[in-house]
Amino acid sequence: MDGSPGIKPHVVSAEAAAGEPDSTTATPSPGLAIEVSDLTVAYHDRPVLWDVDLEVPAGVLMAVAGPNGAGKTTLIKSMLGLVKPAAGRVLIHGAPYREQRTLTAYVPQRGSVDWDFPTQVLDVVMMGTYGKLGWLRRPGEKQREQAMHCLDRVGMADFWRRQISHLSGGQQQRVFLARALAQDAQVYLMDEPLQGVDATTERAIIDILRELRGQGRTVVVVHHDLQSIPEYFDWLTLLNVRRIASGPVESAFTPENLRRAYGGRVAFLSSRETGIPEKSTALSDVAVPPDEKPDWVR
Amino acid sequence: MLSLLNHTTVTIALGAAILGAVSGSLGSFAVLRRQSLVGDAISHAALPGLVAAYILTGAKSSLVLLTGAAVAGLLGMLIVMLISNTSRVKFDSALGLVLSVFFGLGLVLLTWIQKKPEAAMAGLDRFLFGQAAALLRRDVWMFACVAAVVFSLLAAFWKEFKILAFDRDYGVSLGMPMRSLDIILTGLVTVAIVLGLQTVGVVLMSAMIVAPAAAARQWTNRLGRMVLLAGLFGAGSGVAGAVASTAIQRLPTGPTIVLIAGFVVLVSVTAAPRRGLIAEALRRRHNRQKLRLDAVLCDLFELESQHELATPHGHTAQAIQAMSFGEGPVDKTLAELESRDLAARFGSERWTLTGKGRQRVERMIHKLESGNRHEE
Amino acid sequence: MTRSQIEIQAIAALAAAACALPGVFLVLRRMSLMCDAISHVVLLGIVVMFFVVGDLSSPLLTVGAAITGVLTVVLVEALTRTNLVKRDAAIGIVFPLLFSLGVILVSRHAGDVHLDTDAVLLGELAWAPFNRVSINGHDLGPRGLWSMGAVLVVNIALLLAFYKELKLATFDAGLAASLGLAPAVVHYGLMTVVSITAVEAFDVAGSILVVALMIAPAAAAWLVTDRLDHMLYVAVAMGVVGALGGYWAAHWMDASIAGCIATVLGLLFGITFLLAPSRGLVSLAWRRRQQKLSFAGTMLTIHLLHHEDMPEAEKENRIAHLGEHLRWGDHFAMTVVRNAEREGLVSRSDDGKLNLTSDGRSHALEVVAQ
Repeated sequence: MDGSPGIKPHVVSAEAAAGEPDSTTATPSPGLAIEVSDLTVAYHDRPVLWDVDLEVPAGVLMAVAGPNGAGKTTLIKSMLGLVKPAAGRVLIHGAPYREQRTLTAYVPQRGSVDWDFPTQVLDVVMMGTYGKLGWLRRPGEKQREQAMHCLDRVGMADFWRRQISHLSGGQQQRVFLARALAQDAQVYLMDEPLQGVDATTERAIIDILRELRGQGRTVVVVHHDLQSIPEYFDWLTLLNVRRIASGPVESAFTPENLRRAYGGRVAFLSSRETGIPEKSTALSDVAVPPDEKPDWVR
Repeated sequence: MLSLLNHTTVTIALGAAILGAVSGSLGSFAVLRRQSLVGDAISHAALPGLVAAYILTGAKSSLVLLTGAAVAGLLGMLIVMLISNTSRVKFDSALGLVLSVFFGLGLVLLTWIQKKPEAAMAGLDRFLFGQAAALLRRDVWMFACVAAVVFSLLAAFWKEFKILAFDRDYGVSLGMPMRSLDIILTGLVTVAIVLGLQTVGVVLMSAMIVAPAAAARQWTNRLGRMVLLAGLFGAGSGVAGAVASTAIQRLPTGPTIVLIAGFVVLVSVTAAPRRGLIAEALRRRHNRQKLRLDAVLCDLFELESQHELATPHGHTAQAIQAMSFGEGPVDKTLAELESRDLAARFGSERWTLTGKGRQRVERMIHKLESGNRHEE
Repeated sequence: MTRSQIEIQAIAALAAAACALPGVFLVLRRMSLMCDAISHVVLLGIVVMFFVVGDLSSPLLTVGAAITGVLTVVLVEALTRTNLVKRDAAIGIVFPLLFSLGVILVSRHAGDVHLDTDAVLLGELAWAPFNRVSINGHDLGPRGLWSMGAVLVVNIALLLAFYKELKLATFDAGLAASLGLAPAVVHYGLMTVVSITAVEAFDVAGSILVVALMIAPAAAAWLVTDRLDHMLYVAVAMGVVGALGGYWAAHWMDASIAGCIATVLGLLFGITFLLAPSRGLVSLAWRRRQQKLSFAGTMLTIHLLHHEDMPEAEKENRIAHLGEHLRWGDHFAMTVVRNAEREGLVSRSDDGKLNLTSDGRSHALEVVAQ
C-alpha cells in the first residue's frame, strides 16, 4: 500500500466480488461509493434502522439528517461494521467494509473519547496512519510528516505538541478531522463533525470537506443543522428509522420530506419555490424524545 | 546496614522490583480505561484456580498452581465482560459479583480439601497477604522471564494498545481486532497479578496495578512516559518496601510496598508540576490577582475617560472602590499597581493611570473585541 | 435440625436480607465496588478501636469500623474531586492503602492482639451460635442474631423513611438537588448504612461474603424486574434463598459456609442471567431470532408482491431463487418460508411456487405504504 489517493475501486471490487460468492448477483455499479441494501439494525427490541436502502454516488458531499434517535449514528456505524445488522448489507466501492478498510476513514463523535488521555495532538493524528502500517511496524518520519501535513491542512500545525485536554471543542474536532485525513481514504464517514464548534472552525471544516469532494472523494456527514444543508452539501439522506429521502439536495430537501422525517412538529417552512426554507429556528432541537430514561423508575 | 544487602534481601527486592515494574506499566492501561479495579477482581478470582490446580494435579510446584490461578483469573474477567456487554448489569457490579463469587468458590474448595487427611496445602494466609520472604532465586528468574515476555508484547502491540485505550471504535474501523487485543491485554494483567499473589497477596495486588499508574499520570502527558514512569514507580515502591520490611522487625512486605506506593500517589497528586494540586492552587492565585489588578485598572480607565479634561487629574480610592464589585479593599491592589508602574499617585489621595497602564487596558479591550469576532 | 443449625440459618437469612436492601442502590448507582472497598477497610477501624478500648468484644469496635467505612468514602470523593484521578482509580488506591495500614498494625502488635486477619476477612458462620448474649444469666440467643436483626430493622426503617429521596437521588441527582433533596446527603447516608451493614454482616460471615450478599441478589433482581420496589423484594428473596441454600450445601460438603453461600448466590445470578424472562441471554437470543424471522417474512411478502402477476413470477417466486435474490442461505430461506406459511402469509403450490395469501398481500401493502 503506498497510500496514494488514486486507488482504483474497480479493481478492488472485482477481486472482492470474486472472493464473495453471494455478491455475484449484485454487480457493483461503478459510480457508487456506498450501497446500503435492506439494512435493519435493532438494539434489544427497538429497531433503530428499518429496511434502509441507499445509494451514494462517488464524489458527493452528503449530509445525513433526521431527528434524535433516527439512527444516523447507527447508519454510520453499520457502514463501518461497528454494529452488526439484523439484516441487509453495506458495500463500500462494491465490496464489504472489511475488505475496503483502507478506502474508508472514520471521524467519531468528539464526546466518544476521554480527552484527558495522556497524548499530544500529533500523536492522535498519527493514529490515522496506523491502519496502513500493519502489525509490528512503528510510525516513522514519513508518517510524522504526513500527520504534520494534515494538521497544517486543518490549521492546527502550531498546536502539534499541545496536550489534547488543552484544546477547545473546535480544535478537538479539527484534530479528529486531521486524523481522518491522514488515513488518505476515498470515503469519509463523519459523525457530527460540526457539533458544538465555533463559526470559524465550521467554515474551515466545510472548506476541507469541499476540497475532498473536489478530489473525487465521497464524504458522508451526520449533520444537525437543517438550515445549512443546502449551503454546505450537494447530497442528502433524511432518516427517521426508515429512509425518508435520499438524493441530490435540490430534490431531497423538500418541506414534505422534512415533515415526514421530523414528524408533524416542524412548524417552520415558509418556503420559496426552491423548496428551501428561508428560516428555521432551532431545528436541531426538534426531536423525537428518545426513550432513554432508566426504565425502572415509574 | 550490612544485613540489608544479604542474599535474601536482594532476592526479595529484585522480585518486588520486577513485579512493581510489570504491574505498574500494565496498570497504566487499566487506569486509563477506567478499569482500575480489574486487578482486584482478577486476584480474587484466581483463588479457585489455584486450589483446583492443586486438587487436580497434586502438584506443589508454583508454576502449576500459578497457571491454574491465571486461568481462573482470566475466566473471571471473561465472565465480567460477558455480563457487562450483554446485560444491563454494569461493569462495576459484574466485577464485584465475579470477585466475591469466585473467591467464595475458592474458599469452598479450600475448606473441602483441607478436611482431607492427606492435604498439605499452604494456608490461605499466604494467598491473602503474600509471603515475600518465601521468594526464591528461581522465582525471581521466572519473574524476569515473564517480565521480558510482557514488555516485548507491550512493545510489539504498542500502537494497537494505545488505540484500544484511547478510541476503541476507531481501532475497529482501522481493522484492528480490538476484542482480541483486549483479551491479550487482560491476559497480561492477569499474569502480572498472579505473579504478585505470592509476594503481596490478593488484596494488595490491586493497589500495585492502580497506584503507580495513577501517580505517573500526574507527571507527564505522554502515554509512553507514563507507562515507563509507572513501571519505575512500581519497581521503586517494591524495592523500598522489601528493604524496609527486612530492616524493621514485624513489618510485612506486601502492605509496606502498598503504603509506599500510596505515598508516591499522595506526593504526585499534590506536588506534580502543572497538574498537581499545589501548581493548580498557585495558578489560580496568580489568575485571581491578575483579574483583580485588571479590574482596578479598567475602573481607573473608565473614570478617566468620563472627563475630557486635557489636564491630568486623579481619582480617589473611594471612587474606585465604589465601582468595584465586592472585590475587597482596593488600597492594596492600587499599591501593587503602583509597584508595577501601572498606576501612580496623583497628589496624596488620588490615583491615575500611567502610560504603561493605559496601554495595557487598551490592549485588553482590543483583545476582547477581536475575541468576539472569532470565537477562538 | 439442631438449635444451632436453626440459629445459623436465621443469622444468615437476616444478614442476606439486611445486605440486599442497600445492595440494590449500590448496583443502580454504579457504586458496587465501594462495598468491596468498605468491607476490606473496616479491618483498620476494628484494629484502631481495639487499641483504644482494649476489648475485642466491645460494641465500640463496630463504631470504629463504621467510621473507617465512611472515611473511605470521604477520601475517595476527595481524591475524585481533584479531577486528577478517576473514581475507580481512587477506590483502587484508597482501600488497599487503609487495609495495608490495618495489616501492618496487626502484625506490629501480633503478640498483644489476638486478632486474626483471616477471621475478619473470611468470617466463620459456624461459630456464630457460640457467641451469645445473656442478661442476668438468661440466655437471649446468639449475638449475631440480635445484631443482624437490628441492622435489618434499621435498614428497613431508613428505606421506608427516605424511599423517595433515595429513588430520586439514584435516578437523577441533578433533579434531586434542584428539589432540595441534597443528593450528597443521600450518598453519604447510604454509604454509612453500607458500612454499618458490612461491619455487622462480616462479623458473622467475613468481608468477601458481604460483597456477594450485597451485589449478587441486587444484580440478579435487576435482570428480572424494571421497578425499584419489586427489585427490592426480589433481591431480599434471592439473598435469603441463597443464604439457606448455601448453608445446606456447606452442610453436605462439609465446607466453608460463607464460601458456599457466595457460590450459591453466584449460581442464582448465573441462572437468572441465562433464563430471566425478558432479559435473560436465552430469551434475548430467541427474540432476536424471532425478529429476524419476522423481518425476513415481511421481506418475503414484499418480494412476492413485487413479482406477483409478472411474467418473471414463475422464476422469481420460488424458494431456490430466494437465496439468490434476497441473499439468504437455503436453510434460512426454508425456515422463513415455513414460518410465513404458519403465520398464513404465504402458501406453496404443489410445484413449489410461492403465492401470497390475502393476509400476506395486505401485510405487504401495509408495509410498503408506510
